[in-house]
Amino acid sequence: MKNIFKRAAKGARLAHNKNTQNIATVDLPVPEKILLPMQQHIGATAVPMVKKGDKVFVGTLIGRAEGYVSAPIHSGVSGTVTDLRPIQISSGAWVPAVEITSDGEQTVDPAIAPPKVNDYESFTTAIRNSGLVGLGGAGFPTAVKLTMKDLSVIDTLVINGAECEPYITADNREFVENPQDIIEGILAVKKWLAIKNVIIGIERNKPEAMDVMFSLIKGDPSIKVKPLPSVYPQGAEKILIESCTGREVPRGGLPSDVGCIVMNVSSVAFVASYLRTGMPLVARRLTVDGSAVVEPRNLRVIVGTAIKEVLDYCGGLKENVGEIITGGPMMGVSVADLSFPILKQNNAVLAFTREEAKLPPAGECIHCGRCIETCPIGLSPVIIAKAYNAQNVAELDRLMVDLCMECGSCSYVCPAKRPVTETMRLAKAMLRKGAKKK
Amino acid sequence: MLVKASPHIRDNSSTQKIMLDVILALCPAIVASAIIFGLRALLVIAVTVAACVVFEYLYCRLMKKSNPIADLSAVVTGILLAFNLPSTIPLWIAVIGAFVSIVIAKQLFGGLGHNFANPAIVGRIVLAVSFAGRMTAYAYPEVTNGVSALAGATPLVATRNADLPLLTLFLGTHGGVLGETCAAALLLGGIWLVVRRVISPVIPVTYLATVAVVSLLAGQEPLVQLLSGGLMLGAIFMATDYVTSPYTLTGKLVYGLGLGIITCGIRFWATSAEGVSYAILLMNLFVPYINDLTRQKPLGGGKKK
Repeated sequence: MKNIFKRAAKGARLAHNKNTQNIATVDLPVPEKILLPMQQHIGATAVPMVKKGDKVFVGTLIGRAEGYVSAPIHSGVSGTVTDLRPIQISSGAWVPAVEITSDGEQTVDPAIAPPKVNDYESFTTAIRNSGLVGLGGAGFPTAVKLTMKDLSVIDTLVINGAECEPYITADNREFVENPQDIIEGILAVKKWLAIKNVIIGIERNKPEAMDVMFSLIKGDPSIKVKPLPSVYPQGAEKILIESCTGREVPRGGLPSDVGCIVMNVSSVAFVASYLRTGMPLVARRLTVDGSAVVEPRNLRVIVGTAIKEVLDYCGGLKENVGEIITGGPMMGVSVADLSFPILKQNNAVLAFTREEAKLPPAGECIHCGRCIETCPIGLSPVIIAKAYNAQNVAELDRLMVDLCMECGSCSYVCPAKRPVTETMRLAKAMLRKGAKKK
Repeated sequence: MLVKASPHIRDNSSTQKIMLDVILALCPAIVASAIIFGLRALLVIAVTVAACVVFEYLYCRLMKKSNPIADLSAVVTGILLAFNLPSTIPLWIAVIGAFVSIVIAKQLFGGLGHNFANPAIVGRIVLAVSFAGRMTAYAYPEVTNGVSALAGATPLVATRNADLPLLTLFLGTHGGVLGETCAAALLLGGIWLVVRRVISPVIPVTYLATVAVVSLLAGQEPLVQLLSGGLMLGAIFMATDYVTSPYTLTGKLVYGLGLGIITCGIRFWATSAEGVSYAILLMNLFVPYINDLTRQKPLGGGKKK
């Protein structure tokens, strides 16, 4: 039970805007060209394995995972490699990207076959080869998450079906359209990692998803569906673990420190499909919505398709478009160039009108304390901002600014419209730099 | 096309809307003051509001700061200051009060969000010690049924001798400064602020409860204590000022408790009949320490890996 004397941690009450909740997913037609940046995950950039002129198939390895925390990248079309050039990704870094021109045949690579899995080792190897990263938006390589020295400490698998960002309904559609894979994926992870309990966390604003899951898990006492309050950011890993198990991930720690593994629902469903077919991660479901989109809908898109093609398929953009975002409006990334491709971790493409995208000017802080009340982690943003302005690294450490996950709730609720989240980011960077100096 | 850092959306709150809600919440008490003390009450309110806004504008003009009038905070200060004055106050004294509130207590410390104490409280206290006689020259409502026997004493003084009917106290048809007498109107405003989520009820409730309990212990009538003097006005509108009140639930509880104890201490055992302003001013000074000591504990912050 939450102790309100410890922290308010109210979270932000956002308008859900789940407009596409009941719109069935359709396949986006195969694009003429796809562009695959070698960085679609957290960790080391993958290394291109092809050169200009190479013939590739659906499922062919294009980029090899480099180092431990990394993920391989595969082609979603059959055709020819037509270019290899550096492109700038949202972090500002330049990474190699492979352009493939489709032959329209969608011929599957003959080497594709279901992986042979007979123990924990071969299971994680298979996941590693599948190119799976966290599909909820973070893009952390799943194989790394599932690999651990001591498996016995893990007793709970938490399935993240919160989908707390406004607009996005891709995970909700996964529940409704692909529930069998979700259960199979859960059972596979449960079996090979020898996990006792599974908790599927779903926000209460997805009644259909909950119904489907409730009826599928009947008779299995080790799997529970946990309805969660529809408050942002319910789907943040640490918040989800607290809501589902009551456990607190320690500062600087991982979910495994409290015996948990958290997987996004679409990720776990992909595990089932990969074990069955051997087809690596080359396409994903995403929501296209926002006030500047003519026809909001859910699409299944081949990774590497240009954002422009995705938007065009949804009736194009309205004239007064002001901002395009991949991911949700709270934590997503602004897109500067519509020719930029869809990445593995993109669960939505949102377009907003100029009026909606424009931010009001920032005023003086009136110390209303809303950021403090709202912060889901229980940080004190207004006090952190003061320590940041004073460049007081020791105080930033005491205030534990490193726990901030940049969910954006503090900026969202600020009546003075101050860029609170941005200050938190700067304060985190200051603490990191200051800590290194020591 | 815009490219910006997340989050990309904001809620529709604003400083101006918050201040507007406070002004709306003060309206019942404004109407009550006009009914109880006559139209001069409205004149005093108009003068302090105008003076506060003009001083704020002139100061910012002089200091080449951007014009903050639109945030409406000066209007709120103006109304609250007027509420602390008797309706008979000479208008030039009201203007001096506005100067102290806006220029000295607020702008010299950096303006909105930077004042160490509630500007209206500072204004009231400066006027009270500078013009003691005129500040207590209370007007009395003309009551036809002869309850006007109270001439010369505010209820806090009067109750030491004769008891006022509770209903009179609740409706505020007795002597006092123009905004603090009508508990009914102030409570109505307080409910509005809580419903609109502008304030949390924790500070007023803790403050009032503490006063009630200490009154009981001190052998005073709790209801009379709650309904008289500046307590309702102070608890609902002055003690809940964002800048000068603590952030967290624990902090607010401590703050309300402190306010209640100091108020009763002054009321029962000091020479001054009224203790609300001093209690709030004193507790304002403690807020930074309360904030430091009652900071919330982050998730996972208990143990470090």
